[in-house]
Amino acid sequence: MPRLVSHPDEVIVLKRRFGQGAAKIDRYIALDGYAAAQKAIAQGKDAMPGWIIDTMKASGLRGRGGAGFPTGMKWSFVPKTSAKPKYVLVNGDESEPGTCKDHMLFREDPHAVIEGTIIAGLAIGAKTGFIYLRGEYRTLLNIMEHAVADAYARGFLGKNIFGSGLGFDIITQTGAGAYEVGEESALMESLEGKRGVPRIRPPFPAVVGLYGGPTIINNAETIANVPHILLMGGEAYCQLGSERNGGTRLFSISGHVERPGVYELPMGYPLRKAIYEVAGGILGGKELKAVVPGGASCPVLRADEIDIGLDFDQLAKCGSMLGSGGIVVLDETVSIVEFALRTIKFYQHESCGWCIPCREGTDWIKKTLTRVYEGGGAKKDIETVQYVAENMMGRTFCPFGDAAAMPTLGFVKKFRKEFEDYIEGKKAGTPLMTEEHILVGAGH
Amino acid sequence: MADVTITVDGKKITAPAGTLLIEVCKTAGIEIPAFCYYPGLSLQAACRMCVVRQEKVPKLQTACTTQIAEGQVFFTDTPEVVQARKATLQLLLGNHPLDCPVCDAGGECELQDMTFKYGAADSFYAEPKNHREEQKWSPVVYFDRPRCILCYRCVRVCGEGMDVFALAVENRGSSSIIVPNVPAQLAPDNLAQLDCEQCGMCIDICPVGALTSGTYRYKTRPWEMNHVATVCTHCGDGCKTTLGVRSTSDGSQIVRGDNRDKSGINGDFLCNKGRYAFDFANNSERITQPLVRQPNGELKPVSWEEALTYVGTKFAELLNTHGGRSFGVIGGNRLTNEEAYLLQKFARSVLHTNNIDHHRTADYAAFAQSLAGTAGRGASLRDTLIAKAVLLVGGDPTNQNPATAWNLRSNVRHNGARLYIANITEIKLRRQARAFLHVAEYGYGALAEYLAGDDSTSSSVTPDSAALASFRDALRSEESLLILIGNELRGAELKRLIDFGLTIPGAKFALLADYANSRGAADMGLLPDLLPGYTHIGPIDTADPASRIALEYHSPTSPGLDLLEIFDAATVGNLSALYVAGANPVARYDVDPATLKNTFIVVQDMFLTETAVLADVVLPAANLYEKSGCVSNSYGDLQQVKKAADRAGVRSDFEMIVRIADKMGADVRKLVPFGPGSNSEGISADMGQTRGAESGEADRHAVWLTANNLEPRLSPFDPSAMLDEIQRLVPGYKLLRLQLLSGNDQHLSPAAVPIRDDAGLVQISNRRDLVLPANDTLFTSGSLTRYSASLNDLQQNQLRQPIIQIDNKTVVD
Ligand SMILES: Cc1cc2nc3c(=O)[nH]c(=O)nc-3n(C[C@H](O)[C@H](O)[C@H](O)COP(=O)(O)O)c2cc1C
Ligand code: SF4
Ligand code: SF4
Ligand code: SF4
Ligand code: FES
Repeated sequence: MPRLVSHPDEVIVLKRRFGQGAAKIDRYIALDGYAAAQKAIAQGKDAMPGWIIDTMKASGLRGRGGAGFPTGMKWSFVPKTSAKPKYVLVNGDESEPGTCKDHMLFREDPHAVIEGTIIAGLAIGAKTGFIYLRGEYRTLLNIMEHAVADAYARGFLGKNIFGSGLGFDIITQTGAGAYEVGEESALMESLEGKRGVPRIRPPFPAVVGLYGGPTIINNAETIANVPHILLMGGEAYCQLGSERNGGTRLFSISGHVERPGVYELPMGYPLRKAIYEVAGGILGGKELKAVVPGGASCPVLRADEIDIGLDFDQLAKCGSMLGSGGIVVLDETVSIVEFALRTIKFYQHESCGWCIPCREGTDWIKKTLTRVYEGGGAKKDIETVQYVAENMMGRTFCPFGDAAAMPTLGFVKKFRKEFEDYIEGKKAGTPLMTEEHILVGAGH
Repeated sequence: MADVTITVDGKKITAPAGTLLIEVCKTAGIEIPAFCYYPGLSLQAACRMCVVRQEKVPKLQTACTTQIAEGQVFFTDTPEVVQARKATLQLLLGNHPLDCPVCDAGGECELQDMTFKYGAADSFYAEPKNHREEQKWSPVVYFDRPRCILCYRCVRVCGEGMDVFALAVENRGSSSIIVPNVPAQLAPDNLAQLDCEQCGMCIDICPVGALTSGTYRYKTRPWEMNHVATVCTHCGDGCKTTLGVRSTSDGSQIVRGDNRDKSGINGDFLCNKGRYAFDFANNSERITQPLVRQPNGELKPVSWEEALTYVGTKFAELLNTHGGRSFGVIGGNRLTNEEAYLLQKFARSVLHTNNIDHHRTADYAAFAQSLAGTAGRGASLRDTLIAKAVLLVGGDPTNQNPATAWNLRSNVRHNGARLYIANITEIKLRRQARAFLHVAEYGYGALAEYLAGDDSTSSSVTPDSAALASFRDALRSEESLLILIGNELRGAELKRLIDFGLTIPGAKFALLADYANSRGAADMGLLPDLLPGYTHIGPIDTADPASRIALEYHSPTSPGLDLLEIFDAATVGNLSALYVAGANPVARYDVDPATLKNTFIVVQDMFLTETAVLADVVLPAANLYEKSGCVSNSYGDLQQVKKAADRAGVRSDFEMIVRIADKMGADVRKLVPFGPGSNSEGISADMGQTRGAESGEADRHAVWLTANNLEPRLSPFDPSAMLDEIQRLVPGYKLLRLQLLSGNDQHLSPAAVPIRDDAGLVQISNRRDLVLPANDTLFTSGSLTRYSASLNDLQQNQLRQPIIQIDNKTVVD
């Protein structure tokens, strides 16, 4: 269970109602809840969609699910009229190792997700929204379902929301425990009751999505931002962040730090400060070895690469990614060989298996690294791992293949010496990492 | 879609916008490797073998999902592309058992071919491969998990193509596995198994040797067989099939049936019978020596000479003493056209009798008469794949005409064809139907009346008058309609339905029947009251071209006895001789053996059937896979039958008929016009340019000579001599020899001759029982069923299956 943490450097937008019992609808309303939706409706039926989308565009908000696609622009791709119903789909599958921020949102501020979903629906003319929670988030599903029921009871959902004459329904749904269904098209398949395998694109979901209707799919954090943005204004939100990276973001900091947790920092915030100040520095005063900056799929940064701002563009420039904002900190005791193995084990286990390069590639990297880790490695294994990963890159059906190959390549390229030494018997680091270390920033 | 021009490897190609790049390339002769792509099935983009480089696009693109647009530029063969494909193969092979030396697919495997091309055989992984035991899913479907490359073709062909959905993917990632629909926990012996139509399409479509056939696996290597393209003997669809044949000590044996070149009317399709049920030919109960009944009542093997002499002498004697009217001749539905024609000609011109009939499985006589005087109204099986609207009255194609069902499903799926079905049972095809009309029992006649405008019959069709009315309205609004008619409709009912159809300008018709040559048997005149091509027997009018055949035959000019009357005649002691070629009327029509005790019976068959055991002489016959000639399917699509297998001791029906005639002292040359090629009628101007799929460079001349009837017919046993006469005399059989010999099908529209009122026709309406459909299911094929080990196994298998029904009406509880 992630704990509530705070730090003076935080810029609070999303966390505003954390720790204040906002899961209760009255509390939420007391804290400006559902004001944004009503503000949108007050623009009048005709002006409302344009107003919402313009505000979102102005906010510079980029998707918090990983890819960082500008949200306002995504919404504007939905055709105005459609023969099939349109949908809003909230992606709460949060399964990227090192990421636990949507968890906090569902627990601490479920109505913000609901309100954001309503507003997204108003913007594109959808009558139904789905909130899809990760299969393991059972307890959170209870919270969300309560919140949805309360919103219905108040007339914020249903046939005539806020007395506007407009209808909007929300349906909650959980997965069965697969990382891959976080990928937007696999998410739709899963929601429709099918195997969690991605779809061929084009067509893109904005045109042909859920049940064949135009659909916008957004991360839960992206959606939870929406009411705040409407209340504070797009420009104001935008200015909180860095260039081309509007606003603030929830960073899940875990691993070997003194104070792991979910912190809300402005986009572009320095990574070094995030580790050494916000999260309290390396656990037990040890040396930093490496950082995974945005969730398990992002290539690792060495200790000498952390003078960089936390936004999509700066991380891309240095060959990694901001991803889902899950920062995993590794100290000097960590064996990169083991960490690489633990990472690929996850991807091998989670690959949906649809396409050959990913299904077979993750399996072979895992097998090879397992042998290396268990002491049976040879130097050419490093080449094999690198060759397989390079040949997965850009060749798979969905971005999962890249997500598995990129970190692997990062490890073997940046820590090649450590692999070689390990194979030659000079094992570096002592096995330390347990699953809990990687998944949630618990540790102590 | 408008045409656009793209550039592939520097070559400009023009094709309709939106066409898949992989198809565009195929047409242009540029090969793109593919595992998961299969024309006609949904797209997967899973195997990543078809990747190509597209200009200005960052990632490699899959050609199987790329729809072309103006100006696109692609490269399909750059080092980058080749490397991507090679790496994908390496990844696959890493876990592949590479047991090619024993794999059924060895030599016919797409994975082998691609590895050969991309040179990815070097496996650099040190880890052990994942192994799993093979599984037997049904008597005919086996699964070898380690060979599976997860292309999902089997899953799709079963679901999308067959509408059965018996296969699926289970688990995920590298544990993904193809599973059948009956999980181990529900199966009688705790082994997962398939409850399905057992068509074997999944085996056919599997690019590797992961799915193999129970009847073929580990029997031989593909290159040790001869591959002979011929026609399936089982149902009236007449699928083209390729038989794999190996020589044995007593001839040559069929070991495999498949659909190699996919160039036939059946396209990709073959059903379980076409694929496995050739095995009746290998049954150990086959007769391979003539048998003659001895005074002690036993059937004793004798030489061919002795048997034929006996039959010839006896026939001649009985003809002399009792006359032709005391003879009965019954033909079968699996004879070739040449044989059927010869049999009736023999009956009429040598035995001087019209007492000839066959086991009718549909009322083709009424069908032809109803269409008399029209042109272009006969549908081809190919129409079922393209017709915009189809009406199916009666029948159950899923069980009785599986290729028709396959085509209809494909047509609905790909072209959105509107399928209207009227049936007394909820046949499976209703799932593809736009409208399904549940007809009351015996209601087809009333339906035909109602469709034709007689509202008073409504309540006899169905209590749901509104459904009926809208059904008719929908049909009336169609501009063209393919009308498929089940064999339940006969005589006047059939005519009524066709009359209604004829009011729709573009309507075409087909009458569905059971066996390979049911239609041909009728077309060729195995009927007591109609000559070949449904021309009348008499009275002869020398000015009327329809009398041409009767004139040449010098046959009796009044109708003979039909099949039932022949047996009636026996009952009253008026049948001196019965000659049966390839039929089992005693069992089919439930004839009392006692009535035949004073009749001299000659039976040509493969087995000692209920009819054969009563015979005085049994002559061992070759089956359709062991002889040459042509057959006409239910639709009148004519195809060549090629001799594939051989069995020592047996003879073709054709040869037997000729030899009996000879022994009777008849002029064989009159019966079969053999001799130096003299028939120059209709020599094609095509100088052999259009070589067919199966003629190689070497036999170019032979094909042309044969095609143009310039080759001498060297013996009276040459069916092509008979075909010359069929071509010359039978209305509607103006066929193209070259097409036929090239292994292509051609649609014949016998332009039935309007029948004269004074022709004295048998009215089938009053004699419904004359038409006796086999009502075959997927796992039966008339009398042949019991001699086919695979059909028996499948029936047994079906019985022990748990509760999932093919029709999906009941599901596992
Ligand atoms: C393998 C894979 C897993 C993903 N998992 C998630 C996830 O758990 N949650 C999420 O919001 N987005 C996930 N995404 C990203 C989604 O596909 C999609 O881009 C996102 O939901 C869009 O929302 P956004 O624009 O608000 O970021 C994943 C993508 C991939 C390729
Ligand atoms: S890359 Fe391929 S196998 Fe991997 S998750 Fe995506 S579709 Fe599935
Ligand atoms: S069994 Fe054959 S057809 Fe089916 S997925 Fe495997 S390789 Fe493909
Ligand atoms: S559909 Fe008919 S002709 Fe075709 S394979 Fe099956 S039984 Fe033979
Ligand atoms: S053929 Fe295109 S991905 Fe398989």
